[in-house]
Amino acid sequence: MDAKKLEVLRILEENARTDIETIAKMTDQSEEEVKAQIVSLENEKILLNYTAVIDWSKVSDQEGVTAMIDVKVTPQRGVGFDEVAERIYRFPEVRALYLMSGAYDLSVVIEGKTMAEIARFVSEKLSTLDPVISTTTHFQLKTYKHDGVVFEKGEGDQRIVFSP
Amino acid sequence: MTVKQTSRLSQAVQRIKPSGIRRFFDLASTMEDVISLGVGEPDFVTPWNVREASIASMERGYTAYTANAGLPELREEIARYMEGRFHVSYDPMEEILVTVGASEALDLAIRSIVDPGEEVIVVEPTFVSYAPIVSLAGGVCKTIGTKKENAFKLTPEELENAITSRTKAVMLCFPNNPTGAVMTKEELRQIADVIERHDLLVISDEIYAELTYEEEHYAFSRLEGMKERTIVISGFSKAFAMTGWRLGYVCGPEDIVSAMLKIHQYAMMCAPSQAQHGALEALKNGREDLERMVASYRQRRNYIVKSFTDIGLSCHMPGGAFYAFPSVEEFNSDAHEFAEQLLLEEKVAVVPGDVFGAGGEGHIRCSYATSLESLKLAIERIEQFTSSRK
Ligand SMILES: Cc1ncc(COP(=O)(O)O)c(C=O)c1O
Repeated sequence: MDAKKLEVLRILEENARTDIETIAKMTDQSEEEVKAQIVSLENEKILLNYTAVIDWSKVSDQEGVTAMIDVKVTPQRGVGFDEVAERIYRFPEVRALYLMSGAYDLSVVIEGKTMAEIARFVSEKLSTLDPVISTTTHFQLKTYKHDGVVFEKGEGDQRIVFSP
Repeated sequence: MTVKQTSRLSQAVQRIKPSGIRRFFDLASTMEDVISLGVGEPDFVTPWNVREASIASMERGYTAYTANAGLPELREEIARYMEGRFHVSYDPMEEILVTVGASEALDLAIRSIVDPGEEVIVVEPTFVSYAPIVSLAGGVCKTIGTKKENAFKLTPEELENAITSRTKAVMLCFPNNPTGAVMTKEELRQIADVIERHDLLVISDEIYAELTYEEEHYAFSRLEGMKERTIVISGFSKAFAMTGWRLGYVCGPEDIVSAMLKIHQYAMMCAPSQAQHGALEALKNGREDLERMVASYRQRRNYIVKSFTDIGLSCHMPGGAFYAFPSVEEFNSDAHEFAEQLLLEEKVAVVPGDVFGAGGEGHIRCSYATSLESLKLAIERIEQFTSSRK
């Protein structure tokens, strides 16, 4: 990829709210050039979304539970894992889905209000899919770091105001 | 102060002027919500692998003195680095010395080569320690103020005019603190020709060598004929974000390095062992982090210089380090007054350029090694300040 376009991607990955004017100055380009790059990145489905990282555990009544489920499946002729993957990711409670190497095939990240709700999803929706052979559910107990962001407050800037 | 009290102190120390930054520091420390562009160090915390390596060294019990000149492995790694990165080869056992910061290395270099009354040419504006160090060693400091019209580069004519029969050495610092100026191979060659003609020594402070944004740094000692008369000063503070670790090094001719070692072994024994173990990791596995930091400085440099230009501050594009050095002459010819009022009225801390010596008058040093949000806010406040003074 063009070096400037890559730079724009990296800036947005770090902070999706960086405005066009700032990006233009940082990358030594005109605002029009940056706009065009972003449109093209969006059209190419490289730049997919601009989301926020939120520590829901600090919001009362919104704590919720997250689980990671290891799923073993039988791949199907012609479509491999894709068809069953699609049937799984269409459930709105599925936040992420990855095909994995190793002891199991799919890793499902799921969010729910309670453990019971997640247990219900696994027993009623996931396990009942024909290709699914087995599931192992792990509940997340605490988030330390997510998407590169450390959740506990850091130490801040420790530097003295003036130094030579 | 009475005469009796002052007479307890040496003439040498009394000759040194108090630091020009001190006053601002005292002022700023009484204020809240100050945005500081006055910091001469990276805003990155040392990369974790380096911190971890240092912690591990202590866990394994490396808590003793090291060799006076520094851990042999570290000196070997520095030699590999100087060769690989800047194409100058040094013998790790004879020509490299690990010091407590570039600061100590600068002091050792001067003390090793200057006799009382000999002149040292200091190219200013520059890092604040050079002139006091020369003066403490009994040397006489001859300053050259580089000019804005020359993008704060040293010209061979300026150098030629400052040389006398008593000149011993020249202190250079490119990429420069505070101007961000860099010099190309060709420009350095012209300086080297003058140095050669007058048979001088060079102390080349290349601590910002990794932080260049247009062209790769060209080491002064890489120029033909210069290695045998150049003392290269560098360190881990800037490139690897390790200011608090206090670790630097010097590469130079064997006779001078062993003279420096002589002072170092009595005054310092050795550089801190934990810092040396961290530095070893930084040199071995720090390239990726370094490049990430350089890319980030480059973006912020572009941002601050364009923003200054947008709000009517005249600012050249600095080729290296992490400082912008705009002129404020249009608003106030006294940069000290400008900086003080800016701090009091808008709570933005910058350093007046004359603190760094001749050539810095009418300018302010703004470090862009701070978050983009702070830079934005600082620029808004500076605009507010300058627009009320047009
Ligand atoms: C040009 C220059 N040389 C030397 C130093 C001192 O570096 P160290 O932390 O290695 O003592 C600095 C620090 O600001 C500097 O800017």
